[in-house]
Amino acid sequence: MSEGTLYDKVWDHHTVTTLPTGQDQLFIGLHLIHEVTSPQAFGMLEERDLDVAYPELTHATVDHIIPTADQSRPYEEDAAEEMMTELEENVREAGIEFSDPDSGDQGIVHVVGPEQGLTQPGKTIVCGDSHTSTHGAFGALAFGIGTSQIRDVLATGTVAMEKQKVRKIQIDGELGDGVEAKDVILEIISRLGTEGGVGYVYEYAGEAIENLGMEGRMSICNMSIEGGARAGYINPDETTYEWLAETDYFQENPEKFEELKPYWESIRSDDDAEYDDIVHIDADELEPVVTWGTTPGQGIGISEPIPEPEALAEDKQDTARRAQEHMRVEPGETMDGYEIDVAFLGSCTNARLPDLRRAARIVEGRQVADDVRAMVVPGSQRVQQTAEEEGLKDVFEAAGFDWRNAGCSMCLGMNEDQLEGDEACASSSNRNFVGRQGSKDGRTVLMNPRMVAAAAIEGKVTDVRELPEAEVTA
Amino acid sequence: MTDTDEVEIPEVNYVSGSGLPVRGNDIDTDQIIPARFMKVVTFDGLGEFAFFDQRFTEDDDLKDHPFNEDRFQDSSVMVVNSNFGCGSSREHAPQALMRWGIDAVIGESFAEIFAGNCLALGIPTVTADSETIQSLQDWVDANPDGELEIDIEAEQVRYDDTTIDVTVDDAQRKALVEGVWDTTALMKSNAGAVQETAAELPYVSDATANGSGSESSSNAD
Repeated sequence: MSEGTLYDKVWDHHTVTTLPTGQDQLFIGLHLIHEVTSPQAFGMLEERDLDVAYPELTHATVDHIIPTADQSRPYEEDAAEEMMTELEENVREAGIEFSDPDSGDQGIVHVVGPEQGLTQPGKTIVCGDSHTSTHGAFGALAFGIGTSQIRDVLATGTVAMEKQKVRKIQIDGELGDGVEAKDVILEIISRLGTEGGVGYVYEYAGEAIENLGMEGRMSICNMSIEGGARAGYINPDETTYEWLAETDYFQENPEKFEELKPYWESIRSDDDAEYDDIVHIDADELEPVVTWGTTPGQGIGISEPIPEPEALAEDKQDTARRAQEHMRVEPGETMDGYEIDVAFLGSCTNARLPDLRRAARIVEGRQVADDVRAMVVPGSQRVQQTAEEEGLKDVFEAAGFDWRNAGCSMCLGMNEDQLEGDEACASSSNRNFVGRQGSKDGRTVLMNPRMVAAAAIEGKVTDVRELPEAEVTA
Repeated sequence: MTDTDEVEIPEVNYVSGSGLPVRGNDIDTDQIIPARFMKVVTFDGLGEFAFFDQRFTEDDDLKDHPFNEDRFQDSSVMVVNSNFGCGSSREHAPQALMRWGIDAVIGESFAEIFAGNCLALGIPTVTADSETIQSLQDWVDANPDGELEIDIEAEQVRYDDTTIDVTVDDAQRKALVEGVWDTTALMKSNAGAVQETAAELPYVSDATANGSGSESSSNAD
């Protein structure tokens, strides 16, 4: 078993007791809720006549169903309106703070928490959403839970969990030009497999990780779950502290920053920490990664050939054959040149300000290809506002992108933003599952945000390194 | 008057019933229940949407899927392959399966959040190696009315004249056999210890640790 890792330390600090099942009862420092997975949990509380134990440690926003075009109430879709109304009632009755659209703070839950300083090192963070692993970028222990567990957390402030093993993923070296955090995590998943992380928490470390800003770190931790790991984290450092100092919470409570910093330092993994497994990856070897199939583990470098199913491990062959049929790709070819119909720049993986800035530099002075439907969905209202102030909206719109309001949008197609028929989509999101983007025949190719921008311009999957950033004319 | 939060939690020692095979690795929760059916505020009625896009064409014609076959309509034990239930944490997935009639799942491996969600509903997710699962799937396919019995405590599955060893995660086994898989009341009873743990955490305010947090959270606006 691991010893002296951040995971061990944060776990120990939050363990209330060991339950008769052998699971630990863990105290939860931050419970994030949204409209899709929480209403049933509030219903269960009501059935059992229980109150919310720690409303002040709970924070709500609306992201999955919110329209990204017309947000006037009532929402055009009845089901969306009903879910929103239910959330509004639940948070009002329980006294839970709500980053709603009128607050200017609404957004995807995994963008909102870090933005406001709710996400902090050494906290336990849960949400009824598998991408809660995102918050591990700050050295928090963060994981997705189901609705019955949401009920537990609401009612008790705790969750029953089994401790897992820790795998350190050491990424040494430097990322080359045009290679991003997204490529690192897609590479990790394709090497270790979509189930490789089951039973593990991932600690990401090494020079390439230390050199990343918080947004890149969030992109990596975000997709831990796609590799089967329920949580992923990065030890907090100066980069983390710089981000935290700028957030609402520490702007309003500056004394807390110095007060908490010793705790943050204390929970960093020890230099001589013991891990259950260590994996090394050389950052210098990586190139932009794109998926060719229908799981996030089916990824390859942009210059690499799509694998022959027969060349894969036996248990991967059948999935690969079906994926290639669905995607209409041929083994031996590369994904470079794969024609797309839609470009989606958004999601909790890649819709933060630096993502949009980098993509805008590719788009600037160019036009979206004919017949390509391209959209930008900022991760939060704050990202949207700053991006608009910086002129990014104008850059994208001038190129022919649709500029939307914040939400999960076409990552999972729970609002109006969906693929139609067998459309192919270059997507900065996290899942290429069949049907994920709203059409069961839709085809999703996952990639980094600059690659999405390049695909939108060229109308096909393109190595962004061959499409230089536009000369800045302004 | 008894406490209103007392919930009767049945012990799950054995699950028996006929089986149905759902073959394929990496079957994600978007396939088990597509997101468009999650625009609801209760889990009621989700059963009919289980595996919807695998079962129906665009024109609502039936596709080949075990959930569509007459011979499996009374089945309650699903036999699956590896990494079943990966992806989204949606509890809607096991809720849909349960409401369709599934009481237990036997497979090569399960995604963690999915297995945890099943446990919270009292649905065992037991595992065996690939070869064992494939022969079980073949047997179930050939014997749609054949009775399977999962013995949770003994970690065995019995069918025909065969007994196979399976693995039930330790915590899951205890939770099911001892009837403590619904953890709310149990954890609620530790409220004092929870407060003590909270009080030790530097980021938790004194007001919260003293149990008066909700009244003093107004400065959080």
